[in-house]
Amino acid sequence: MRFILGFIGSVFAGILLISMIGNLATYFGNKPEPLAAEEFHREPKALHLRSDGPFGNFKDQAQLQRGFQVYSEVCSACHSLKLVSFRDLKGIGYSDAQIKKIASDWKTQVPSINPETGEPSTRKALPSDNFPSPFANEVAARAANNNALPPDLSLITKSREGGAAYVYSLITGYRDPNTYKNEEGKPLPADAKPTGNLHFNPYFANLNIAMPPPLTSEGQVTYAPGNPRPTVDQMAKDVAAFLVWTAEPNLATRHATGITVTIFLLFASILGYLAYRQIWHDAKRVVRVTGPLEPENQAKSKRAKAKQGVAG
Amino acid sequence: MSFSWARPYEPKHPMMRWLDERLPLPRLVYGAIGGGYPVPRNLNYFWNFGVLAGIFLTIQIVTGIVLAMHYFATVDGAFNSVNGLIMRDVNAGWLLRYAHMNGASFFFIVTYIHIFRGLYYGSYKAPRELVWMLGLVIYLLMMATAFMGYVLPWGQMSYWGAQVITGFFSAFPIVGEPLRVWLLGGYAPDQAALTRFFSLHYLLPFVIAGVVILHIWALHIPGSGNPTGVDVKSERDTLPFHPFYTAKDGWFAAFVLLLYAVVTYYAPDYLGHPDNYIPANPLATPAHIVPEWYFWPFYAILRSFTIDFILPAKLWGVLAMFGSILLLFFLPWLDKSPVRSGSYRPVFKRFFWLLVIDVVILGYVGGAPLNWWRTALGQIASAYYFVHFLVILPLVSAFETPDPLPTSISESVLHGEAAEAAPAGQTKPRRGSVATAS
Repeated sequence: MRFILGFIGSVFAGILLISMIGNLATYFGNKPEPLAAEEFHREPKALHLRSDGPFGNFKDQAQLQRGFQVYSEVCSACHSLKLVSFRDLKGIGYSDAQIKKIASDWKTQVPSINPETGEPSTRKALPSDNFPSPFANEVAARAANNNALPPDLSLITKSREGGAAYVYSLITGYRDPNTYKNEEGKPLPADAKPTGNLHFNPYFANLNIAMPPPLTSEGQVTYAPGNPRPTVDQMAKDVAAFLVWTAEPNLATRHATGITVTIFLLFASILGYLAYRQIWHDAKRVVRVTGPLEPENQAKSKRAKAKQGVAG
Repeated sequence: MSFSWARPYEPKHPMMRWLDERLPLPRLVYGAIGGGYPVPRNLNYFWNFGVLAGIFLTIQIVTGIVLAMHYFATVDGAFNSVNGLIMRDVNAGWLLRYAHMNGASFFFIVTYIHIFRGLYYGSYKAPRELVWMLGLVIYLLMMATAFMGYVLPWGQMSYWGAQVITGFFSAFPIVGEPLRVWLLGGYAPDQAALTRFFSLHYLLPFVIAGVVILHIWALHIPGSGNPTGVDVKSERDTLPFHPFYTAKDGWFAAFVLLLYAVVTYYAPDYLGHPDNYIPANPLATPAHIVPEWYFWPFYAILRSFTIDFILPAKLWGVLAMFGSILLLFFLPWLDKSPVRSGSYRPVFKRFFWLLVIDVVILGYVGGAPLNWWRTALGQIASAYYFVHFLVILPLVSAFETPDPLPTSISESVLHGEAAEAAPAGQTKPRRGSVATAS
């Protein structure tokens, strides 16, 4: 049986090695040109938010509210926020009365049924409703956006590599494809330039994104007095911070609970370890050398035993 | 779970005697995980991982049952019930979900350490062949359960993972495609597949628990192995499971749970893939489909077969991938060396560490996007994997000269003790130490 198994193993290994030689020969025989998407794609810029790190929280509610303002005045024209409900806005510091007003003033109404005729109808949103989507369905969304589908933003910072930093970089990352040069100073090749209704953005995976630059000028959103100047950069940061919250409204609770649990388990480990030491006190010295016995250790052991007068 | 060398249970309290005569449950507990189970005294921390695997199985079952109360197994509702209802509205739902997600990863981490412990210390050798094989059955069930669990949130990776993995079956000629359609209940993963995956994902953990009982039962017949691989010769070589190993397992479990808590609370998505936060879309294939990290080594083996040599490359890949696990069932007969522990096998030891590096490389290649050098690296690593188990191991066990073994566990733990227990220059044995008793 061992012979058969050895033969099977050799067959697998042989085919793998033939495959490898074939692949390497193909690769070196016809070295592929690097793709523009690899050469010109950029990693997200650094972004620091209050929600970062093990103590991250949502206490910068002014920023989250500014981000919500950017979402409602700009992004929500095309992007839905299906998993978030109006009542959740309490988590970024709005009062019940404010939430009620935000819901009933929301520009898209909630699909409903006319109670008298039974005809499809719409009604004003309530705090218990999730944010209504700007388009009735995917077909409508595509029809209004040159056949591109604006993704739902509820989980966007979790569903993209780079998270909030990616959102911030993407929004502020639009460049002129005719003058853009990558870090090595190489201009964009003609075939990588955007066509049709696409826009060049080096932070987007394939460099050309259907979304036109959403934030184009300072003051596009008017912030309440006492807030920073609404520069494009500031608005992008604010909306990224808001979208961290929409992706995980329980993030701050998670971090806070984590500290308690970690400290508890740390104490449990230490107490458990001391109990273990206590229980093993006598047996311990004997088992201290639990590791594998090397021949030199065995010689040592023999010598120690000889000294002690133990036979063996 | 009685075995010949367990200490007999002698109930002291009349109540316990009454119970024991009618239902010998106290006897079972005492003999299996109590003071009646003598365990070799020289176990190192690698022997803690079996208990840890049991703890993570329990965590998975408990969190999973509660999650199932809030989960909708429908293609329209699954994603929103996980990412909306459970993560946002269920009390501590986010904790249950993250604990379950990362619990799966930790279950695999401790199981992999447990398996490699067995590989190094020859835990698969006589008389523990069945313990090893039952362990492999548990591992296969774990893989099936984990795969189906990953499909349930119905994100992009769930969907495309299901598509790719069930696609393995279509590699087999003639029966393959009908088999795949039968398994999925359709031509592509859809409602039928999701509902049956949910049903099986709920069932299999209990099957695992059943096989765990057999695994422990089979272990308790010969008793636990130990780092020297030398059989227990007398009671002097052992310590009762309780309180010695309950204490050791206890504190170490708290420590591993601490690591688990840190990941669950502070990096819950680190081991996952961002694409699974995008709802499943049968019309948009992700740029880079990868399974969960614990399948990466096998995924690397699957992808390494790139030429149609007599059979199609895909079929070779699937056969090799299944073969890479199935060959472990033959391990007790592939490695004929009478010495169990790798510590006394100088040649085996070197190849063992090569295998560890090899599997790490396979994991890396399986998780990363393919390019020319990663493909070549994966092919070398896959070839080594098969050669290691099917060629090198039998040859090493035939030609290797093992190092001399200690005559008993007591001797092995005694080494250097006298010198260690006393101040430098003096080797007076201490009272109470078992060393003096020898």
